[in-house]
Amino acid sequence: MRYLGLRFLQSIFVLLGVSLLSFIFLELAPGNFFDEIRLNPQISGATVASMKKQYGMDQPLPVRYFRWLDSAAKGKLGFSFAYNAPVAPLLWARARNTLLLTGSATLFAWLVALPLGILGAAKRHRWISHACELFTSALLATPDLLLALGFLFLAVHFRWFHAGGMFSRESAGEGTWALSKDLAAHLVLPVAVLVLGSLPILLRHTRAAVLEVLDSPYVRAARGHGISPWRILFRHALPAAINPLVSLFGFSLGSLLSASLLTEVVMSWPGLGPLLLEAVLARDIYVVIGAVVFSTVFLVFGTLLADFLLFAADPRIRTEGLA
Amino acid sequence: MKKSGMAILLISLSALHLAVLAAGFLSPYDVAEQDRQFPFAPPTRVHFIDAEGTVHWRPFICLLAEDAAQFGVYHEDMQKCFPVRFLVEGTPYRLGGVFASRQHLLGVDPPARLFLMGTDGYGRDLFSRFLHGGQISLAAGLLAMLLSLGLGMLLGTASGFYGGWLDAAVMRFGELFIALPWLYLLFALRAFLPLNINPSQAFLLLIAVIGSVGWARPARLIRGVVLSGKERHYVLAARIFGGSSLYLMRRHILPQTYSIIVTQAVLLVPQYILAEVTLSFLGLGVGEPVPSWGNMLASLQQYHVMVSYWWMLLPGVALVPVFLGYVLLANALQTRAI
Repeated sequence: MRYLGLRFLQSIFVLLGVSLLSFIFLELAPGNFFDEIRLNPQISGATVASMKKQYGMDQPLPVRYFRWLDSAAKGKLGFSFAYNAPVAPLLWARARNTLLLTGSATLFAWLVALPLGILGAAKRHRWISHACELFTSALLATPDLLLALGFLFLAVHFRWFHAGGMFSRESAGEGTWALSKDLAAHLVLPVAVLVLGSLPILLRHTRAAVLEVLDSPYVRAARGHGISPWRILFRHALPAAINPLVSLFGFSLGSLLSASLLTEVVMSWPGLGPLLLEAVLARDIYVVIGAVVFSTVFLVFGTLLADFLLFAADPRIRTEGLA
Repeated sequence: MKKSGMAILLISLSALHLAVLAAGFLSPYDVAEQDRQFPFAPPTRVHFIDAEGTVHWRPFICLLAEDAAQFGVYHEDMQKCFPVRFLVEGTPYRLGGVFASRQHLLGVDPPARLFLMGTDGYGRDLFSRFLHGGQISLAAGLLAMLLSLGLGMLLGTASGFYGGWLDAAVMRFGELFIALPWLYLLFALRAFLPLNINPSQAFLLLIAVIGSVGWARPARLIRGVVLSGKERHYVLAARIFGGSSLYLMRRHILPQTYSIIVTQAVLLVPQYILAEVTLSFLGLGVGEPVPSWGNMLASLQQYHVMVSYWWMLLPGVALVPVFLGYVLLANALQTRAI
């Protein structure tokens, strides 16, 4: 348990470090939101100065950082200049959409990758394994950006699914059932892109993990005892192969918020990605920092969760601390 | 992978890079050359059989004419045909930035135009822009890789060799970079830097941002090798003979890390090319009029381009062989290293 406590503390320090790092970069960077405003001749210098004062941007870096920490502790994560609202609710509204998208994509990706990966490992040297290998290499070489653009092109060209956005304009004001049907139709394309994008990595790791166990002496011994191949695979090999997969699963949970950034922008899914891009272009710095910290929280706690799961799933790790 | 497969892979990858380096020679036109008569012209068809049905040994193309009825729709005028010529005189360029020349590999006589991948909205030849854009994107990927691996090597070796507080500090600092989602980090760094800058500044900025974000992972791997490497008996012996720390690192410890560095380099280059493509696609990287693989795809964000002009996707499709080469090479290196 001490190990887990340590890991937890470490995660907190990583988060603090990330936020501090963002602030330092911010301080070093030339130009800010108010410089862009100052370019507008209709806004006087005094107004800009008072706005700066209002947002506390005239204070030195440590003061601003501690103010930000204070607002983060209150669940606001700073203040957006462009939206004139606290950052956290803004992020949360978008993050829900992102989570809906990436959650379903992650689910599908694992549902496809696990059986295919196990099959690829079990039927090594067969055509299915080679086909698997070729498929993953080709997918790995196709950038997400291209996948998204390609799918969008096909969808628009053949009028397959609803391309872009989250709801159709026509469906506004209809019942829950019609709305969710519309939502599902909009989900198909971005989910397909995300699944295809993450599939090769998941497939490879699953296959490698299972293969490694299948090569170990105890599996050979089991085979020598005449135990059937399927029983060896499911009863003896899979429980031992689960360790790297749990870590990978933690990573997939952790990247729920950050994995779909580009796909969201291309498919105009109203998630965190477009918000972040807008904020970068408008130099709405607290939104950028907020989004970075928010997604880092996910990543850090995803790996933390993986550690907890490993602790529960793998007796070797549980007993490590006792010895 | 078999040795012959590896050789084929290496040769084709080098050929791709050479083709991009020799973009001036291989591309029929200059990157900035606009043909305002032919915005969004589809890829030019190369024919072998003419209207009468006779077969020509030399490929030829036909003059493009805009439809009178519809704007932006073209048809071929099969009566006015021009043979494709090899090694023609054209716009001057500098091969690899050094040798001035006017020779182009392919070309057609003036009123006709050879657009192998079609044209964009300004009537610029996409094929020429793709080859030249590769110079920006590949250079960005390679230079960012060098920067990142250089930083990783320096910090990884130092922290592994000296240990103590330096090791702890470098590794904790590196954890921050590994903990951050990669694309978010790029975005954030880019957000803090000026937006409206000229392409060459943007190029350097891009390399600095991409390269400095990725140092942590290679640093960690190199540190691991250095940690075990400095305990080897021959390193200890060299130290007892009075070898200085710098000598030990350079002569005995760094050579042990070479295989990891090569593998990391092959893994990092496509990742960094993709980073450039992504940032430029979103308008945060190298901007017009300089072509790069990323900003060539940027116009696809407009709906009408996506719907009507499929060839605008070709520069994206042409990326796949480049990435595939790197991915296969990385696979081969990784299975060999184990």
